[in-house]
Amino acid sequence: MSATSLRIALVGNPNCGKTALFNQLTGGRQKVANYAGVTVERKEGRFTAPSGRLVQVLDLPGAYSFEAASPDECITRDVLLGRYPGEAVPDLVVCVADATNLRLHLRFVLEVKRLGLPIVLVLNMMDAAKRRGIVIDVTELRRRLGVPVVQTIAVQRGGAQALIELVDAGVPVQAAPHASDAADVAGAPSDLHAAVRDLLSATVTMPRATDARDDALDRWALHPIVGPLILAAVMFLVFQAVYSVGKPITDAIGDGFGWLGTLAGTWLPEGPLRSLISDAVFGGLGTVLGFLPEILVLFFFILVLEESGYLPRAAFLLDRMMVSVGLTGRSFIPLLSSFACAIPGVMGTRSITDPRDRLATILVAPLMTCSARLPVYALLIGAFIPARAIFGVFNLPGLVLFALYAAGIGGAMLVGWVFKHFNRDRQEHALLMELPSYRLPMPRDVAIGLWERGSIFLKRLTGVILALTILMWVISTFPSPPAGATGPAIDYSFAGYIGRGLQYIFAPLGFNWQISLSLIPAFAARETAVAALATVYAVGGGDADLTGLAHALAANISLASALSLLVWFAFAPQCMSTLAVIRRETRSWRNVAISFGYMFVLAYVASLATCVIARWLA
Amino acid sequence: MLLTDLPRGSSAIVERVDDAHTADAIAQRLRDLGFVPGEPVRVVAQAPWGGDPMLIQIGSTRFALRLNEARRVSVTEANQA
Repeated sequence: MSATSLRIALVGNPNCGKTALFNQLTGGRQKVANYAGVTVERKEGRFTAPSGRLVQVLDLPGAYSFEAASPDECITRDVLLGRYPGEAVPDLVVCVADATNLRLHLRFVLEVKRLGLPIVLVLNMMDAAKRRGIVIDVTELRRRLGVPVVQTIAVQRGGAQALIELVDAGVPVQAAPHASDAADVAGAPSDLHAAVRDLLSATVTMPRATDARDDALDRWALHPIVGPLILAAVMFLVFQAVYSVGKPITDAIGDGFGWLGTLAGTWLPEGPLRSLISDAVFGGLGTVLGFLPEILVLFFFILVLEESGYLPRAAFLLDRMMVSVGLTGRSFIPLLSSFACAIPGVMGTRSITDPRDRLATILVAPLMTCSARLPVYALLIGAFIPARAIFGVFNLPGLVLFALYAAGIGGAMLVGWVFKHFNRDRQEHALLMELPSYRLPMPRDVAIGLWERGSIFLKRLTGVILALTILMWVISTFPSPPAGATGPAIDYSFAGYIGRGLQYIFAPLGFNWQISLSLIPAFAARETAVAALATVYAVGGGDADLTGLAHALAANISLASALSLLVWFAFAPQCMSTLAVIRRETRSWRNVAISFGYMFVLAYVASLATCVIARWLA
Repeated sequence: MLLTDLPRGSSAIVERVDDAHTADAIAQRLRDLGFVPGEPVRVVAQAPWGGDPMLIQIGSTRFALRLNEARRVSVTEANQA
């Protein structure tokens, strides 16, 4: 590192526009990782100032106070205090404050200032402040605080120019802390608030405490009757978009990989290698990548809703309901992601600051109907449920699909409730959630967010899924059938033996050995159960098409078994990648065991009940 | 009077925040967020299903507080001042 390089850290309250400022400063040159030992994101980037000086920027997690209430706030406090192992104290602390919300944000600035590190105060969102007629006497503020003050508009091109110039000029010398500050570093909260009040009355004129636009929007968005209706409409639109925009791209990717697999098949010589490449590698990778578009579309909407400030409103509306089933309003966002895939959902629980609420959300997230269940549902519903109109408006297959989604949500509520009652932690867990101003989402921030989440998802998944797919291929290919064997080759493979072994467990649910066997690859990725069944039934000799498979299934298993299998897929502990992510995010095998165990029992009991009742009714 | 006694749309002045038990982190956080004596507050909205949580405006910020959290805050009526 050259002598002229500088390490700066951005700190500030949540919702001060810190991340937008970070994006503005560093552009795409960011490195996202975790702080050692915890799942708090560590974001670092760099930029070159006009003078050629290299500036490294650390984006510390948002904090309201050094009286830390969450792992995020602990990190920010410890890094600034120099107590965080492996993290050097920054050369310059950039305190970011929302110019429209100085009463809250300046308090934390004063708290940071007491540490005695060199700091600058950034008044961000100056555009919003100007629009609302807020006038800040910057010269007076600088004089009273004794630190440099610059103004920025993080969401505007060149909006951070003043900050870049200031940083480029070198680290400003920290004014000596006031005697009163040095004497009392902890300080009573009312002292800080009194200091902020004095500062504000001397330097800021504010025609109106709130943004008239926010008031108007919230009158509807938070209305006791209209609010929930708006929320339902928003959710409906998001899901429509996921299936109408994401699905065709997903299918195209699937087809593309199928074509690649066939191409590789014609180039490679007949034998195990060809089968490995075309079935396992292209088939497996295609499966993972195929889900990316739907996940990106869903993430796009989540990011836009997040940036706009609407998601906390949704959490506000749903909090009471979520609390009654042992969750929190904040669980809403990760559970929404879990409808695309539980993996980003589990990762998204990082936004829940309370550890118990976070764990409860992680445990129920896999019960949300993810997109990987859809191919299985589609196959079984198509094969067994007649397309009959009910009450003239609904059709039966649609109702069954809806019932499966509802079963997932209902199951999650039940599990959350049970978890709440079994948990010995009777402490009160706070909501205390800030509802930020509405904002127009910035394309740059949405794009960077999408890129970040997409690449994390791919990195985590390609490894696990690829390895498991290869393993599945190995056990269903070897050993080869003995000479003169008459049955399908898979009967003689390890997979065949395992499938028959699994019969002891699954026969009561009405599953035959072929179905039991297909549950193994489904553990790697649910939708591969369809392909596995197709292989096992070997429809029409060569490539099995779905219609052929549906006929084969209808001929081989009963309606009771089919319904039981549907219920199994709604609750069962799949897939392995989800369990792996739970392990990563909670750093505990115990939580993985709890997830797997409760889902297995739930799925088993529900399937057994379905099978018994359906047989009794038939 | 407690913050939870205020009807929607009404304003008041914070009197104090009481600890529900010793070392009450939630009360501490409320004070950090600006619930200190003399600060004006307003009930902006109440959630459906029993008005829990409630949305409180303090300064320029809005916080969603569950009723259990809001009960720690004692207020006096605004128009007395």
